[in-house]
Amino acid sequence: MNISSRAGHHCSGIIFLLVLQFSISCRLYAATPSVEEIIRKTEQTAYYLGKDGSARVTVKITDSQGRERKRRFSILRLDERPDRQNHADPPGDQKYYVHINYPSDLKNTVLLVWKHPGADDDRWLYLPALDLTKRIAASDKRTSFLGSDFLYEDISGRDLNADTHQLVDTTSDYYVLKNIPRQPDTVEFSEYTMWIHRKTFLPVKVEYLDKQEKKYRVYTALEVETIQGYPTVTRSRMQDLALKQETTMEFTHIKYDRELPEDIFTERYLRNPPHDLLR
Amino acid sequence: MKRFTACGILLLLVVLYPLSASLAGEAPPLPSGLGAEVSTTAYETIAPAGPEIDVSGFWEARAGTRTRNDPYERQTSLLESRLQLSVERPGDTVNMKLTGDILYDEVADSHHVDLETGEGFLDLREVWVFYRPTDMADIKAGRQVLTWGTGDLLFINDLFPKDFRSFFIGRDEEYLKAPSDAVKLSLFSDALSLDLVYTPRFDADRYIDGSRISFYNPATGTITGRDDTLNTRVPDDWFHDDEVAARLYTNWNGYELAAYGYKGFWKSPRGFDPGSGQATFPELDVLGMSGRGTLGPGIGNIELGYYHSGDDSSGRDPYIINSELRFLAGYEQEIVRETTLGLQYYLERMQHYDRYRDNLPAGSPARDHNRHIVTVRLTWLALQQDLRLSVFNYYSPSDEDGYLRAGASYRLDDNWALSGGLNLFYGDERHTFFDQFEKDSNVYAAIRYGFGSY
Repeated sequence: MNISSRAGHHCSGIIFLLVLQFSISCRLYAATPSVEEIIRKTEQTAYYLGKDGSARVTVKITDSQGRERKRRFSILRLDERPDRQNHADPPGDQKYYVHINYPSDLKNTVLLVWKHPGADDDRWLYLPALDLTKRIAASDKRTSFLGSDFLYEDISGRDLNADTHQLVDTTSDYYVLKNIPRQPDTVEFSEYTMWIHRKTFLPVKVEYLDKQEKKYRVYTALEVETIQGYPTVTRSRMQDLALKQETTMEFTHIKYDRELPEDIFTERYLRNPPHDLLR
Repeated sequence: MKRFTACGILLLLVVLYPLSASLAGEAPPLPSGLGAEVSTTAYETIAPAGPEIDVSGFWEARAGTRTRNDPYERQTSLLESRLQLSVERPGDTVNMKLTGDILYDEVADSHHVDLETGEGFLDLREVWVFYRPTDMADIKAGRQVLTWGTGDLLFINDLFPKDFRSFFIGRDEEYLKAPSDAVKLSLFSDALSLDLVYTPRFDADRYIDGSRISFYNPATGTITGRDDTLNTRVPDDWFHDDEVAARLYTNWNGYELAAYGYKGFWKSPRGFDPGSGQATFPELDVLGMSGRGTLGPGIGNIELGYYHSGDDSSGRDPYIINSELRFLAGYEQEIVRETTLGLQYYLERMQHYDRYRDNLPAGSPARDHNRHIVTVRLTWLALQQDLRLSVFNYYSPSDEDGYLRAGASYRLDDNWALSGGLNLFYGDERHTFFDQFEKDSNVYAAIRYGFGSY
């Protein structure tokens, strides 16, 4: 890069404008962080904002015939290592508490996840009608979350080490990363491309290609709000191009750094939800 | 020359630059909040914080028929309409809930309301108050459904009442658990937590008595049904015929370990009083433990319980069930996406088996020393999880009998759901546990409309 931009000085005449344009992008390239840094920061902004967080979530699933399904739930998140400052550090464990409010057949059902990046999560499901805390085998993270087009992995984050990452482009707004799974047999895609907003490191679009290299799944961030200083995607969409259906997910009542007590994420609160925190 | 090469490379790069971008797909416009204009789409206004009073419930109609001719029961196994209403006032410190079913049950002989047995047009499922006096304690008092333990449709240390009638005739699986009228005190610490459940008056199972399900009556040695329902004597003295259940538990890095204790009575009639001809609920004390956690790619669980039959500690009384050792081990794994396989092994080992054999009345069929059960569950979700298919089979290699539960449910939308299923009992000898219900085998179907605040 440096060689090219130095070479740019020697150019003259008709290609001046092109060179000017290029040297601008060279300067941008010069400021480009490493791929490792980009994905770490992206993971941070997408899944590790603050040391904890809570929100209410409305999910709308629209099928190919325009029929609409809804899900509503509250979500609480706690990071096990809130002191993690350095993005190069491996991501810490996280705990998620998901309390479902709608539809009525799932009302008061609670999903508790202890996420261990790089290993299988611990997952519990609480079924209120039976007062049953059930353990869920969590070997496959690419199953649908509540019947929507979002997968478990989209909600809690995909392990960075599961893919190889390559910076294929840098535009004025985005870093464009191509990601190829290390174990292609375990996933239904062959690769995915992420458009990561350069200023905030929020993924704005993710396109998945199937095994035939055909685009079949697209994530788009539709709305971003800065909450307590953290840029946060408040509305997003996942499209399934094969099924011609899509899911939008809307976050409201977002709060960060609530000092959520750790015991919220235990069996005690599965059986008796922390209603005041879920509101 | 050098200059030219440099410029040439530059030109090439400039030309290729947009090309590489198009290869990677189209860059998205910036979303609102990241520089793009705020979209003018009218979004649905956000509902305010959840209502102070939360109302939800469902209405359903359910019908079923026996698949075999049972001379002792009606061919119609199920024909009912049920409206469940649930009212909750959620709160962190104080929480209250009331859940009741208004039921029209065409098959029941009597519509007289009995809140203990759930018979009649009203079945109160929950009426409780929850109170959190300190960070370290929770109290829940009133009518409540209680569950603990690790088995899947097998229970060792869960001695809270079960409703086997509902389970066998094809009601929704949630009706397997009958409510307890109890006080539950929970104490919490970082290392260990304790649940104490006090039931001031014994809550029996909603046991098989012949009214809906014909069964083998060991006292008469015959299959019995609604013509001759079981005459029982249920312990019912307040604060005297009471039950205490306790669980001490911890979660160690995702591994759940628990120890249990119970003092009360056999939950279904397991004794017989030859004087009065009544079936009885002998005294029972249980000590047990369990563990559950990740095992390879799935979840493993193990549970053990010693059932001390207090009224027949020596095992000599032929009319009262002997003490037993109960054990189960299970494993569950998602084998293919959205398909889960669960396997369990379960053992009931009778204590003082020799004395049982010595004192068994002549002509009575003898139980085996060890009763083994193997269960298999396959669950498959499809059509964006709207369709759920499940097969659960109990098979006892020692009794050579079994029970197959197969069910399908399909969500039509956010409110309407259809379901149907099969309860098939099989075996060779009518006195064994599952085969006694052979003629009760049935198929059923249901339609349900669920409602609640959005």
